[in-house]
Amino acid sequence: MERSQPRRQVAAMKQSLFDQGLLDEQFIQLEELSDDANPNFVEEIVTLYYRDSSRLISSIEQALKERHTLDFNKLDTLMHQFKGSSSSIGAKKVKAECTLFREYCRTGNAEGCMKTFQQLKKEYASLRKKLEAYFQLARQAGPMETACRPK
Amino acid sequence: MGMSAAAQFHVLAVDDSLIDRMLIERLLKTSSFHVTTVDSAIKALQYLGMVEDKLKGYETPEIHQNAEVNVNLIITDYCMPEMTGHDLLRKIKESNSLKDIPVVIMSSENVPSRINRCLEDGAEEFFLKPVQQSDVNKLKPHLLKSRSKEEEETQPINNNKRKQESSAPFNKNSYKIKI
Repeated sequence: MERSQPRRQVAAMKQSLFDQGLLDEQFIQLEELSDDANPNFVEEIVTLYYRDSSRLISSIEQALKERHTLDFNKLDTLMHQFKGSSSSIGAKKVKAECTLFREYCRTGNAEGCMKTFQQLKKEYASLRKKLEAYFQLARQAGPMETACRPK
Repeated sequence: MGMSAAAQFHVLAVDDSLIDRMLIERLLKTSSFHVTTVDSAIKALQYLGMVEDKLKGYETPEIHQNAEVNVNLIITDYCMPEMTGHDLLRKIKESNSLKDIPVVIMSSENVPSRINRCLEDGAEEFFLKPVQQSDVNKLKPHLLKSRSKEEEETQPINNNKRKQESSAPFNKNSYKIKI
């Protein structure tokens, strides 16, 4: 049927994001919080995440510029905050990079921190694009039963 | 403002993370709670009517003011700059007027010693982040218990041992705090 085609595409896209390990169960929890009064909750919180975390990314970037005299405590604190937000929206891969980064902070590994941060930024940017595409498709498909669990 | 018998529970949520405030607010509203969010423990204390006494730190003033605050539960993040959720918990439990308000702590870090300390110091629950609907569903029993205890204590005869320790000039058992 024509009407269900876009919905199947949305479901398939979501399945793909899960298969790629980009999102975890928390994303489904967010979808379950959407209702008639708040139909765009997930998109709103993700949008806010990207807006709010950009300053954390900048702060970490700035702190990493110290190169040979990195303040690992400060970096760890910043990353703790960023990891928390990433976890709250279900950003699985981004969260994993945060964990790795914090490990390098713990062991005082500057090289590790810098490499991991580059990877983290890539994942963060890539996820943003994919979620934007997902939300756009979801909006076009119209209201659907939310929280379809991917297999 | 009149309160009906089926008045909503009012939850004060404290978290320095914007995303987490948005999330906890949505979770609580889904459970039909009335929600107020603040971004720091100090703002939470101010909201609850505590003022900063230069000598004693934060405490509730004896003098009644105009505003009235009615908070049935406080849910707070643990890791916050300046004052942690644990510090907030202790300040609340040290206050005659606020100590009966149930407090729940949230944290992204699973540190058993931290969890135990919070529970020992009077937190009702400790939720690991990200907080789930199933966690929030655990709140109503604490609130209903507090509310029925509150109703019980307004009876002339009561044998609640907590009331014996109360020396507050105003009725602390109503969570309406006149500040």
